Amino acid sequence: MVERSPWLTVLAHVVMVLGLLVVAFPLYLAFVASSHTAQEIIQAPMPLLPGGHLWETYKTALVGGGDGAGSTAPVARMMWVSLVTALVITFGKIAISLLSAFAIVYFRFPFKNFFFWAIFVTLMLPVEVRIMPTYKVVSDLGMLNTYAGLTIPLIASATATFLFRQFFLTVPDELVEAARMDGAGPMRFFKDILLPLSKTSIAALFVIQFIYGWNQYLWPLLATTSEDMYPVVIGIKRMIAGGDSANQWNVVMATAILAMVPPAIVVILMQKWFVKGLVDTEK
Amino acid sequence: MEKRVLFRSRWLPWVLLAPQVSVIAVFFFWPAGQAMLQSFQLQDAFGLSTQWVGFDNFRDLFTDSAYLNSFKITALFSAMVAALGIGLSLMLAVFADRIIRGALFYKTFLIVPYAVAPAVAGVLWLFMFSPTLGVVAYALRSLGVDWNSLLNTGDAVALIVMAAVWKQISYNFLFFMAGLQSIPKSLIEAAAIDGAHPWRRFWSIQFPLLSPTTFFLLVINMVYAFFDTFAIIDATTRGGPGQDTMILVYKVYNDGFKNGDLGGSAAQSVVLMAIVIALTVVQFRYVEKKVQY
Repeated sequence: MVERSPWLTVLAHVVMVLGLLVVAFPLYLAFVASSHTAQEIIQAPMPLLPGGHLWETYKTALVGGGDGAGSTAPVARMMWVSLVTALVITFGKIAISLLSAFAIVYFRFPFKNFFFWAIFVTLMLPVEVRIMPTYKVVSDLGMLNTYAGLTIPLIASATATFLFRQFFLTVPDELVEAARMDGAGPMRFFKDILLPLSKTSIAALFVIQFIYGWNQYLWPLLATTSEDMYPVVIGIKRMIAGGDSANQWNVVMATAILAMVPPAIVVILMQKWFVKGLVDTEK
Repeated sequence: MEKRVLFRSRWLPWVLLAPQVSVIAVFFFWPAGQAMLQSFQLQDAFGLSTQWVGFDNFRDLFTDSAYLNSFKITALFSAMVAALGIGLSLMLAVFADRIIRGALFYKTFLIVPYAVAPAVAGVLWLFMFSPTLGVVAYALRSLGVDWNSLLNTGDAVALIVMAAVWKQISYNFLFFMAGLQSIPKSLIEAAAIDGAHPWRRFWSIQFPLLSPTTFFLLVINMVYAFFDTFAIIDATTRGGPGQDTMILVYKVYNDGFKNGDLGGSAAQSVVLMAIVIALTVVQFRYVEKKVQY
């Protein structure tokens, strides 16, 4: 720091701690609620310290069969659906973007610019603005309640394609020349040279896209009608159906915690890549 | 910009492009085209008969007080989300920038909400502010505030704004941190030697240099408030009380799926598309400008 001013440092810590409290309080409360019985929570005010029913609550949530007013489907199944969906979306986006960026940067072919702009324009067509017809397409293709229906309509990625294109343009031409002189074809060059060089961008995109996939809401809400294909984010919403007291809030909050843990772990463990990914993709 | 050295193949580039292009053709352009077409048609709820009505759907939309009201709510909502989200995270970033010890600890905690799904964030805030069992609602009531987000429009709006801002703070915070760290330390030091106090230094050096970041975040936060808050609304107020938190995106869904008004919903989609395009253009203009620096 520029000058030593103890009171400013103290103030800075005070502000940060206040910020942390606001950020952490909802999470803490969810944890506390998940450690009590449903009856203990509906007594106002609910206890603010953890209780002794943690295991029971999480077991009820994971295997299902609670007695709340809303859905009581097993969360373990939903976590699995979320995980598969998020991973397919993440790897799908990365794979098809890598391939299209490779085609656009390393080949000359008719309508190249047209395709480039076609991919670009999808930025302006988020699911939210084409929900009804997209739903119709997916239902006509018989893809409702399938992993394909949950993932494929979200798998195109303008941002990832751009990111890879930008990166490929910085790769020195000499590498292609050297590869060709050694008799390597385009796919060999892609696999042995370009892919290893792109590792950093791939890691950064992985974090962003995993969270994107895991947290999807509107699309799975339309594309799934059967309980065993709900991702956890939809499942939790379906649990809160009745009036406040009819819900099993302890199970709902346990589900909330379960739904947050995987993406939170990814973000915290891969902080460095996450920040890089954000700054790169949004530019 | 183009590579000097290229590969030659007649068919390979098409094969490479095929997956991405088929996905965008089937799930982006075809439905978007359908939405445009439908916005000029009148269809009964079962899809049995279709009638060409020109701009009638749009005319109906802009004379419908519920739709105009939804516009107003969306504008108010996104302005509040952007202003609060940007203001609070700027403050946090400026103070975090002063801290040497424990900075990583604070940062790690502050980025967690980014990982939380909007729907889950909505459920968490609903739980805290639920009129019958929410802890915060209880505390407010003991302070004499009659909090009821199910009945009072103001409370419902406050609830969705708080949940939306909470979710977005991490994102803004990271961008402001990056922006602050890119300001040369020598500038700040020179100002300090000239006797500028921290407050003065913030307003005359740091804040102006952060203005491109702030503008970028303004656009991103608007897009976020317009489109990504669907899940927050659905998990907390579902557009209520009445239609007082029915933002545009929620109304498209509500009118299309719940009320079966296909033409009206499609016309609303087209209006939304125009908004996304406008925001994207603004964003890219900004990026171009920034590249010239």
